[in-house]
Amino acid sequence: MSKIIIPETMIEAKGIVKRFNVGCENELEILHGIDLNVKKGEFVSIVGTSGSGKSTLMNIIGLLDKPTEGSYLLDGVDVCKAGDKELSHIRNKKIGFVFQTYNLIARTSALKNVELPMLYAKVSAKERKERALELLELVEMKERVGHTPDELSGGQKQRVAIARALVNHPSIILADEPTGALDSSTGRKIMDLFHKLHEEQGITIVFITHSPELAKETERILTLKDGSFIDERMGIKYAS
Amino acid sequence: MLLENVMLALTGLLANKMRTFLTMLGIIIGIASVIGIMTVGDAMNKSVMGSMGDMGVNNITVFVTQKMDDDYNFESEEYVRDMKDKDYFSEEMIQDISGHFAGRIEGVALKKSAGEVKIEDGKKYANINLEGDNSVAFSQAGLKIIAGRGITKSEQHDARKVIVVSDRYVDNMLGGDTQGALGKNVEAVIGNKYYEYTIVGVYEYSESSGQSQGAGKSRKDVRTNAYIPLRTALIQLREKNQYDEMEVIAKSGEDQGILSNEIQNYLNQKYYKDNDAYESYAYSMKEEIKSMESMLNTQTYAFAAIGAISLLVGGIGVMNIMIVSITERTREIGTRKALGATNGCIRLQFITEAVVVCLIGGILGVIVGEVFGMIASKMMGYSGTASPGGIIFCVMFSMAFGVFFGYYPANKAAKLNPIEALRYE
Repeated sequence: MSKIIIPETMIEAKGIVKRFNVGCENELEILHGIDLNVKKGEFVSIVGTSGSGKSTLMNIIGLLDKPTEGSYLLDGVDVCKAGDKELSHIRNKKIGFVFQTYNLIARTSALKNVELPMLYAKVSAKERKERALELLELVEMKERVGHTPDELSGGQKQRVAIARALVNHPSIILADEPTGALDSSTGRKIMDLFHKLHEEQGITIVFITHSPELAKETERILTLKDGSFIDERMGIKYAS
Repeated sequence: MLLENVMLALTGLLANKMRTFLTMLGIIIGIASVIGIMTVGDAMNKSVMGSMGDMGVNNITVFVTQKMDDDYNFESEEYVRDMKDKDYFSEEMIQDISGHFAGRIEGVALKKSAGEVKIEDGKKYANINLEGDNSVAFSQAGLKIIAGRGITKSEQHDARKVIVVSDRYVDNMLGGDTQGALGKNVEAVIGNKYYEYTIVGVYEYSESSGQSQGAGKSRKDVRTNAYIPLRTALIQLREKNQYDEMEVIAKSGEDQGILSNEIQNYLNQKYYKDNDAYESYAYSMKEEIKSMESMLNTQTYAFAAIGAISLLVGGIGVMNIMIVSITERTREIGTRKALGATNGCIRLQFITEAVVVCLIGGILGVIVGEVFGMIASKMMGYSGTASPGGIIFCVMFSMAFGVFFGYYPANKAAKLNPIEALRYE
């Protein structure tokens, strides 16, 4: 099916082009042949103003959308040829999403929210609960396992969302403006959590933001403008 | 996974109690009306079948009727001559039938009503229906003799003035002493004539014995049958030994439809071929019951089908609310897809939700329908329940309904584009 290579590189995307309304009068090219390589254990940020194509790129990296042209290997698997069902399975196993608006399931406890990806991975109920509790402890939310999203603060919701993203041992965490809806001190704490996960657990993180300050803290910063990378530099901490 | 979905559905439904209840109401009313109609139908069926069954299911009724040509016009009031002696079933014909069909029939029951009489003795009175029975008819009456005996063959043959009365008669006239009643006389005045019979037996009266004359009357006023030998009745009524109707009792296991045809053809060939106006006609009660039953069932199903229309409306309500629910939860669907839910998972989740609504509605509907059906049939004077098969069918049907009306919205949800769903405000 898909060819497997020993993964040194977590994301290997070449010549990614994304066009909308292909063949129509109002055809629109958002991404113009992007190359992106993310190594295993790397913490990369993609910066760009709105309209730069960040979200489109993220949707492609996150397997929610397919590129019009180009190739994309995720953890050594060619995902461009996968069908809908296969993509669902890959998303489930290899990608952990963290959204700006948390996207927790309403009226469902923090614990059940964290268990959800494991439910789709057909993990047994007992194992699900153990793993979810373990992760809620990691994000310091163990006291709030029974609370529903409307009983949690923004920062707490994002912690639950991060725990949920980690639950299936994903290859990468894809964080789309995770601090965007939070005040600066709460945002800081969430950012610290990402650093902790990266340093202690060696998790690969692709961090999408429009904040250059937060981006500087990551290992590598890629700047996207009008559908192309215009700049690539090392983060402050890692520059030397 | 299924259990998780059911729990999920219940959580979702509980979050919107009023909406869920109103959605369910359509299903509840639909199922309740179907079950209610089936319950009332069953009650009527049982009641009609019960009273017809009392008439004897093994009986083939043979009677004399006007000859009908193929071009007979029911509307014309042609003069038909009165019945003469030769038109009636004679003793000879009855003997012939008994002999010809021996082995296939138990016998031929003959009865003559000698009239309805009020027996009085001072302040005491009892209503009786005096009936002359031959021995076959008497045994067909299925009486439970509680004192004395039935009418013997020799009493039949010799036209003795003996009588078998009900315990009600004994209660009313003789102070309830059934043993003491034996040998006492019953004095009846019928049409200015005075008759006297000796009590030889007392039977236990029961409401369901087909003696429906008593329905609705007080215990004392109930008219019960009193049996005398057939010949006695004939002599007293000054009637000839001839009949316009007889009951042929088929042996069990005989096909009554075939037998009744054979009897009719036999009589018509042999005795009524040259008769200008009359012939015999035979029909079996069992066949009548069968056709009656199928007619009543058809009627019940027709009404139930009308009830099912409200179920259809309820189903559309479920579909509508599912579509609303899915629109409201678009972001949730997007999130679930991002987290790895396949289209199948999403579809299953929403179908389960629709099935849960319909199933709970269906179960409540069965309960409501059963209660109302029972009350309604009680008010109509019957008692009935919907068949367990019907109930199971309704519950299964409501589940199938959930799948049917849940499929379209669920499929719509499953096919949502995850990016658009996540972006949905």
